[in-house]
Amino acid sequence: MATHAAAEPKQLWLGGAEPMKASYGKLMMWIFLVSDAFTFSGLLIAYGLVRYSHPAFEGVPAEFVFSTEYWPVPEKVFEAVPFFHGYQLPLVFVGIMTFILIFSSVTMVLAVEAGHRNDKADVEKWMLWTILGGITFLGSQAWEWGHFITGTDKPTIVTDIINGVQVTKEVFGANLHVNQYGPQPFADFFFFITGFHGTHVTSGVILNIIIFFNVCMGLYERRGHYEMVEKVGLYWHFVDLVWVFVFTFFYLV
Amino acid sequence: MASEYNEFIEKDGKMVAKPQTKAIWKTFWILLIITVLEFVVAFSLPHHYHILKVAIFVGMTLIKAAYIMGDFMHLSQETKGLFWTILVPIVFIAWLVLALLLEGGFIATY
Repeated sequence: MATHAAAEPKQLWLGGAEPMKASYGKLMMWIFLVSDAFTFSGLLIAYGLVRYSHPAFEGVPAEFVFSTEYWPVPEKVFEAVPFFHGYQLPLVFVGIMTFILIFSSVTMVLAVEAGHRNDKADVEKWMLWTILGGITFLGSQAWEWGHFITGTDKPTIVTDIINGVQVTKEVFGANLHVNQYGPQPFADFFFFITGFHGTHVTSGVILNIIIFFNVCMGLYERRGHYEMVEKVGLYWHFVDLVWVFVFTFFYLV
Repeated sequence: MASEYNEFIEKDGKMVAKPQTKAIWKTFWILLIITVLEFVVAFSLPHHYHILKVAIFVGMTLIKAAYIMGDFMHLSQETKGLFWTILVPIVFIAWLVLALLLEGGFIATY
């Protein structure tokens, strides 16, 4: 008994045991997600810095018009919904997108639960729903980008200085050079933050498809556990978690 | 894991445990209701309560984050060591928020 107790700590440090009772892959996924959280925080906090260094719109929301003089009110920028052209539906479409992503997070956690029970058919079903949810979200984001770039029916009059000469021009939509909704950084941050998040969703969908394929081929059933589903699940929930913050700090506040 | 289950069903000639998804759906409804409440707050509170609004949004976002990390990512079921390894570095983010938002306010005034 004494020899057994002496041998145990030695074994711990030789890599025979899992630190913090999590497998290597799971632990590293968590550490990666912490580092990724810092990247997203950097982007969102930079947005906050630039926003607070611009004057805010001081009037009644009903009288809000687009101008490069002050930071726009987000709910006035994001009020378009597909097939409802001309209606003012503030934040409705982004609310639908939030719902889609939260729901795909639920189907992901259901896939993980099915993996714990080694229920191959259920894992397949819920992984497929998660992939569909991710693709739907990406499609919605593509539409939102398209709308943001194309702009509203009426242009905004923007005064710009080109080669030292003051020029007044009509601007529709936004890109990295002009922005009809407000100061230029507003459009830049929109593209960078939602774009960086969209890139994460894209890679999450690709990872989910790879794992879904492996589940269908019976790889994890032969292996005896579905931990790979859990690991991509962690990534997928993180993408949802980031969206919760983007939704609040970019669209709501 | 298998010991947690006591009800089994037959599927494709194999016995599999019955799903236990009650807690998952409960978390889903909580997340959905908080999101709906955020919309209600965004459009019902008058706009001059801006700071109160922001405080409510931040609070609700943190509650949602806690549910996603604790329940969906199973962080609450991990060991205390892993739990704090993930959560403690977030302190740096809180500091950066404070530092840069104050800085932004100063840029606006000067």
